[in-house]
Amino acid sequence: MSRLSIMNETKAQAAVESLHKDLERRVTGAPPDVCPLDIASSYLKVCAAQTCGKCVPCRVGLPQMERLIDDLIDGRGDMNTVAEIQKTAETVSASADCAIGYEAANMVLNGLKGFRDDYEAHAKKHHCAAEGFRAVPCVTLCPAHVDIPGYIALVNAGRYADAVRLIRKDNPFPSVCAMVCEHPCENKCRRRMVDDAINIRGLKLYAIDNAGHVPVYREGEKAAPATGKKVAIIGGGPSGITAAYYLGMMGHSVEIFEQRKRLGGMLRYGIPSYRLPREVLHEEIETLLTAGDIKVHKEVSIGGADYPLKKLRDEFDAVYIAIGAHTDKSLKIPGEDAEGVMSAVELLRRIGDDDYPDFRGKKVVVVGGGNVAMDCARSSLRLNADKVTLAYRRRKDDMTALAEEVEATEVEGCEILELAAPLKVEVEDGKAKALWVKQQMISNIKGGRPAPKDATAEPIRIEADIVVVAIGQGIDSYNFEQSGIAVKWGCIQALASEEVENMPGVFSGGDCVSGPATVIRAIAAGKVAAANIDEYLGFHHPITLPVEIPDPVPHNRPACGRVKMRERPIDQRIHDFKLVEKGMTQEEMEQESNRCLRCDYYGFGKFREGREVKW
Amino acid sequence: MVNATINGKAVQVPENTTILEAAKLNHITIPHLCYLKKVNEIGACRVCVVEIEGLDRLVSSCNTIVQEGMKIITNSPKVRQARRVNVELILSQHNARCAECVRSGNCELQTTANDLGINTFPYHEDIPAFEWNEKFPLIRNDSKCIKCMRCVQVCDKIQQMNVWDIAKSGSRTTVGVTGGKDITEVNCTVCGQCITHCPVGALTVRDDTQKVRDAFARGDKIMIASVAPAVRTSWGEKLGLTHEEASQNRLAAALRAVGFDYVFDTDFSADLTIMEEASEFVAKLKNAKNEKFPMFTSCCPGWVRFIKMEFPDLVPQLSSAKSPQQMFGAIIKTWYAQILGVEADKIYHVSFMPCTAKKYECDVDCMNSSGARDIDVVLTVRELDRLIKSEGIDVKSLEECEFDAPLGTASGAGHIFGTTGGVMEAALRTAYKLVTGENPDPNAFRCVRDYDGFKEATFEIAGTKLRIAVAHGLGNIRKLCEDIQSGKAQYDFVEMMACPTGCAGGGGQPISEGEELGEGRGRILLDLDKKMNLRFSHENPSIIQCYKEYLGEPLGEKSHHLLHTDQSKWELWK
Repeated sequence: MSRLSIMNETKAQAAVESLHKDLERRVTGAPPDVCPLDIASSYLKVCAAQTCGKCVPCRVGLPQMERLIDDLIDGRGDMNTVAEIQKTAETVSASADCAIGYEAANMVLNGLKGFRDDYEAHAKKHHCAAEGFRAVPCVTLCPAHVDIPGYIALVNAGRYADAVRLIRKDNPFPSVCAMVCEHPCENKCRRRMVDDAINIRGLKLYAIDNAGHVPVYREGEKAAPATGKKVAIIGGGPSGITAAYYLGMMGHSVEIFEQRKRLGGMLRYGIPSYRLPREVLHEEIETLLTAGDIKVHKEVSIGGADYPLKKLRDEFDAVYIAIGAHTDKSLKIPGEDAEGVMSAVELLRRIGDDDYPDFRGKKVVVVGGGNVAMDCARSSLRLNADKVTLAYRRRKDDMTALAEEVEATEVEGCEILELAAPLKVEVEDGKAKALWVKQQMISNIKGGRPAPKDATAEPIRIEADIVVVAIGQGIDSYNFEQSGIAVKWGCIQALASEEVENMPGVFSGGDCVSGPATVIRAIAAGKVAAANIDEYLGFHHPITLPVEIPDPVPHNRPACGRVKMRERPIDQRIHDFKLVEKGMTQEEMEQESNRCLRCDYYGFGKFREGREVKW
Repeated sequence: MVNATINGKAVQVPENTTILEAAKLNHITIPHLCYLKKVNEIGACRVCVVEIEGLDRLVSSCNTIVQEGMKIITNSPKVRQARRVNVELILSQHNARCAECVRSGNCELQTTANDLGINTFPYHEDIPAFEWNEKFPLIRNDSKCIKCMRCVQVCDKIQQMNVWDIAKSGSRTTVGVTGGKDITEVNCTVCGQCITHCPVGALTVRDDTQKVRDAFARGDKIMIASVAPAVRTSWGEKLGLTHEEASQNRLAAALRAVGFDYVFDTDFSADLTIMEEASEFVAKLKNAKNEKFPMFTSCCPGWVRFIKMEFPDLVPQLSSAKSPQQMFGAIIKTWYAQILGVEADKIYHVSFMPCTAKKYECDVDCMNSSGARDIDVVLTVRELDRLIKSEGIDVKSLEECEFDAPLGTASGAGHIFGTTGGVMEAALRTAYKLVTGENPDPNAFRCVRDYDGFKEATFEIAGTKLRIAVAHGLGNIRKLCEDIQSGKAQYDFVEMMACPTGCAGGGGQPISEGEELGEGRGRILLDLDKKMNLRFSHENPSIIQCYKEYLGEPLGEKSHHLLHTDQSKWELWK
């Protein structure tokens, strides 16, 4: 008789393991608008299946909570039911013997806090706080609600210019977004239930690479008749230009006031050209400015004594403030004022104005873990720095930058130093010599993110001639605050409609309201501004679907890997600022676009026409 | 044309034909439940699934277009199993007490389940409760709903009222009144189009047949029936009668067999409506400077509810003439009661209508100008058929007989009230006479007939140019109202009918799956008119008699009291 045996995975175990993987993908690809109580109840069912059955709170408590939640969903419950769930969850959380029980209860408690409105709506009115509208996931998650399945169908059909036109219905920047969008649309792509999200941005890039120049208007089309209304836009970044584009189409006279030498905002002064080539940006902006009567004033600053906001408001029928977030944030450590220490904004702005510093023979340390930090690190490599190190307080996994950006930064030769909090800049003759960092260790999770704490280990010295501080940007909102606009934590306060309270006709949106965010959110803000300014001015110019979308032809959709974008070889690309990314090949495009499940048609799509045909 | 094979047989169909339609063209039936051509092609029931060679999964034939070279199989083992299981799954949530359902024998689910030979049932029943305000003329029974979404689509796309919406979420998803409200809180016009497009018995009209049986049973009233124009076009459809057999005179015989003491023709009061409405219009034309145009017809209660709820500013422009039903109610309980020598409340008047909104109209508070409820009860054609069936009457064998005099005499103008454009045409015939003193060619205004949804025309009567428009279906009506309100369109006289094709396609008509019979029924009325010698309301001898003996003259004091109303005072619901 053998005393022990080695463990082999049985067929059943393998199948269950694969079920877990399927479920994991399904949860990731969950539709964005299902009833939260229904989710809570079904997760409890999963949790209850996992209980070992020894302890009362877990064995009995979990199914009981599930039933109570079901009572609410089925309209049999009231506020007492909610109280009962709360009490039970608290008890299970406090008294269960192991994580199977108490973590399940914590999920319930989080829900009771997070979607309290839904609990109360079910208890009092027997339905969800907001009825789910069963939207197409990618379209819902795109802040500008771009018709993604529509343009994927057009790309698949080889109608690239039509794809560009369709995107412009909701987002005037298809080229920019094809290169730099963070693609939140992919987060809940239903294809994840099968294998992986569609490479949506990649398909958009294929469209713009193959569409040629697509003018705003086709033959016979033009802007709506002039309304005689004048709109001022403060800030020529993605949000301002988006608003200008749609307002121009609607027939309003638009004037953009830009503080810098060139239009583009962070697209130019934040994003390096190896991610977004200048000529692409330039051509896109030039095209958009032909949408209507749009004038541009450069190197004009609004809000100060030279040109107070009130004066502008008096001269125009409406004003849109979209100044972005362009000010530095400092580390507040000794030596920060030394020569060689600069902010990310400063570095990227110089590059944006084609004033490339030379880092030849220099050692560069970039502080930060966001996309801007990666941009600075990768730019420094291209500015011929001897060595580039990135110092970050937390771990690589905790960085806010996109994973692919972090990966690219690393493979291009930047060393990433994790768990390193800046302590001081060592200065010699007024020049930076090194950055000292305090070693950290990862600790408890706070606000959903693991927080670092000081480790007892000795500080580390990193040699540095240049220190780039990329720890976030602020908003130059002081003058606007002085003009009577409410400002909180530096952010301009505006309603969801982007109206500035107590200031009729003044709207604000984009980074200056939300804090530094993404291009697509800025664009979405510009779209919202255009619609609401149009209404404010007493009009209702709809922006409508410009092309017909082909219905899908049924074909097999076997599980299939996601096509990734190719990049130029590292040794070539790190010496210039030319585009790193290379688009898909035609056969890759065909496979990838055929992976799209066409949620605008299948499932709920066909029921409500699959799309918003106008806004 | 596109070439494909269905079950091995080569077929050729026009481009953009769905598999379901292609099969139908080739005499192959694919069962389906949710499909409604052009309105609901959402592939929700998954009963119409078919196999396509080379594809792993089945596709819904209702919304998949036949592609060149497609090899379609409509009856493979995989298809048969899927169809069967899906019907069984639908049945698991359906109250299948068919014997007590008004749609039994005319139910798509029942037919499909029977045809598939489903006689065992493997699933747990999970049938929702029936909770509804049963006083409302429109009844929704959630226990029978199969969530095909047709009602949502018909109300959204054709009627554009958005009364129905998806309710709840996840596996609890069902249909409910938009916003989770009570049906009386939303702008339901009670047009009944959702009922006639429901494949099962989830949407029905409030059944009032028992009220009539009770009245017969009490035996203390003079029982009077009146029959609306469009009823005669459709009443035999579900009684196994041909068009020829289902004549208006056989209908009169059937109603006598049911036990009515007098059977009258609502087309008489349609003529009466024309006398009042045409006179009102001519009076307005004479006083054009002080009047607002267009004047709207007012005989469709679905439309009246619509304008009250959606365009209240336009309500003063409705003709003040009551509908034929309500005029008839008032005349029978006054003039005819006088002829019979009885009090108004001695009469029990049942109005047979192709309409569901008429049930609302007869209950409006002020509809009592005779001193009693002018109309006691309204029954739809479907209820009429049930009443006839429940009496065990063999309609085919009945001798045809005339309506009773004098209220059974109608002109061709009265007959065409039941189809779109009919009211306008009838009114113009009489208006012409009122203005010029001469009869026009009775066919002079036939160009207002149209089944597409909207028609406009210009006529000249005695040097006055008249711009008229006709719309049917609330979606078309909404657009016309918007154009009128914005000044984009200008007319003098506009006819509106809530249901597509007018009363012929009314919400109270018999239900035939997959068929839109309104136009055909309407043409029966046009044909009736064409064959008549009497084609002008003002020449109807009974109308002449009624004014001479009782009313005096159109728009006179008695008319004003009995035949006119102020729709702005109608309550939408009590």
